[in-house]
Amino acid sequence: MAAIESMTVEAARLSVRVAARLSNSFALEAAFEAPAGFTMLLGPSGGGKTTLLNCISGLRRPDSGRVALGSRVLFDSSIKVDLPMQVRRIGYLFQNLALFPHMTVGQNVEYGIAGRSNAERHRQAAEILETFRIPHLAGRKPAEISGGERQRTALARSLVTNPELLLLDEPLAALDKNIKSRIVDDLRAWNAARGIPILYVTHSPDEAFALGERVIVLEDGKILGQGMPQDVLAAPRHETIAQVVGFENVFDGTVKSLAESHGTMLCQLERTATELEVPLGHHAAGAEVRIAIRAGDIMVATERPHGLSARNTFPGRVTAIRREGVTVILSVEAGVVFEVHVTPGAREQLHLDVGQQLWLVVKTYSCHLVQPTG
Amino acid sequence: MDWNAILLSIRLALVVCAILLLLGIPIAYWIAYSHWRWKFLIESIVALPLVLPPTVLGFYVLVAIGSRSPLGRWYESWTGHGLPFTFAGLVVASVLYSLPFAVQPISAGFALVDRSLLDASSILGASRMRTFFRIILPLSIGGVVTGVVLSFAHTLGEFGVVLMVGGNIPTVTQTVSISIYDAVQSLDYAAANATAMLLLVFSFAVLSITYALNRRIWAVWPLHT
Repeated sequence: MAAIESMTVEAARLSVRVAARLSNSFALEAAFEAPAGFTMLLGPSGGGKTTLLNCISGLRRPDSGRVALGSRVLFDSSIKVDLPMQVRRIGYLFQNLALFPHMTVGQNVEYGIAGRSNAERHRQAAEILETFRIPHLAGRKPAEISGGERQRTALARSLVTNPELLLLDEPLAALDKNIKSRIVDDLRAWNAARGIPILYVTHSPDEAFALGERVIVLEDGKILGQGMPQDVLAAPRHETIAQVVGFENVFDGTVKSLAESHGTMLCQLERTATELEVPLGHHAAGAEVRIAIRAGDIMVATERPHGLSARNTFPGRVTAIRREGVTVILSVEAGVVFEVHVTPGAREQLHLDVGQQLWLVVKTYSCHLVQPTG
Repeated sequence: MDWNAILLSIRLALVVCAILLLLGIPIAYWIAYSHWRWKFLIESIVALPLVLPPTVLGFYVLVAIGSRSPLGRWYESWTGHGLPFTFAGLVVASVLYSLPFAVQPISAGFALVDRSLLDASSILGASRMRTFFRIILPLSIGGVVTGVVLSFAHTLGEFGVVLMVGGNIPTVTQTVSISIYDAVQSLDYAAANATAMLLLVFSFAVLSITYALNRRIWAVWPLHT
């Protein structure tokens, strides 16, 4: 059955170009495309993320622009197309989930199934509840279940209508990390057969890099960067991207060996001689991983340090120094180039200058594993 | 005890309630959800009977439905008799007089329903009608019940408007409050007391039952299985 459905539902790319003036000082102007899979919309609160989702879903009419799913135009100001949200075939999870409090989980899920017999509605609802592992909750009210279960209910309610696009507005923000990743795994499994674009809004860089195949950075209503996580970072240095994204250093690595009893593993960076000990992930030796490190989490020393708990100590050479406000930004060549932030006081005390030999110190827990595509 | 007057009053209140439910819900919906900038004018018109003396309202209704007005003439040519001093005329006046008592609690109930639920309903493909009957109405049923009860009680107890528009014709327009007034005027305190006491007990019973049901409204709401 799933196979048949995946053949009838054609995964269409989302393409968006919208402009909407919200106030005299704030205007949203965004253009991007999202293919099948997770696209993370990352940015600080008030950056226009929710407004963008509202424009796509039809909850808000943009001043101008075009929104299309494949060849299906949902909104186009130039030819005066503005489909009502009822027929856009979009699933949208609000931040508050908006479950109907007077209906049971089962009734919530069945709500969006239109034009079917009662038996068929029950069957479809039961199937999606099974997919999201909550069939036992069908008779309960939203107030009687946990946060994670409400989350699963809201997902099931949106997805049972077979939408061609899913919009998620920080739906998992309040959830425990483990619960969150299990829900996302189930969502990925659901989408494996369908391949619809999923636009996931978050203000957490960690979440964006952990879940997303693509990242779009949005601030003050403008897109600052978009692409694969590492491309977004490698793009010409944009101060705000670094701030929004929070990681100045992102490296591709290869797992060399696992130390399961220590909860760590050793990774080779970008096929150079530089190796980092990082927290253990669900990887085998030889697996490709992506490692992100904040520039402020890297220490420098002018002599080889000893007696430290930090597990990663390696030599490097300063190739550039610049100052921005009260931050001194070092580029340090150590097989790969690290961006390191120190205070002006530290620079003075250590007499840091271009060409100088240094030791870099990185704690294992300062190395964040972020998932490559998949 | 004046049974004719009591039955007439109850009949009037029931008819007015039914009409107000049909009329009040769309008006309340519009007031709760419209973004029209001059909406406050309509809100003021609906609320007017709250502040106007019943005689003022009754006077204008009498003029409006009288045989000199287009409305009155149209009704006369259609039915063969005039509206004033008939039960139908009484109904028209009572509906206008009790309108705010139905519209305001219903509209307040609608406005209390979380907007995101309505958005979620629309995105799930539901029409406005379906959203109204499946989401808005069940979640604001307390306001609707309150509106119905208040307009019922208000119609049952009105005096000034009824006197202006309906006069005092036994079995046609003589409602309970006018019958009591009549009895007191003729110094028949026993009859006045009997009718008044029945009205008091009846009103208290209706209000008690409604508020008791209203409290556990989720338990009795029949719309979904």
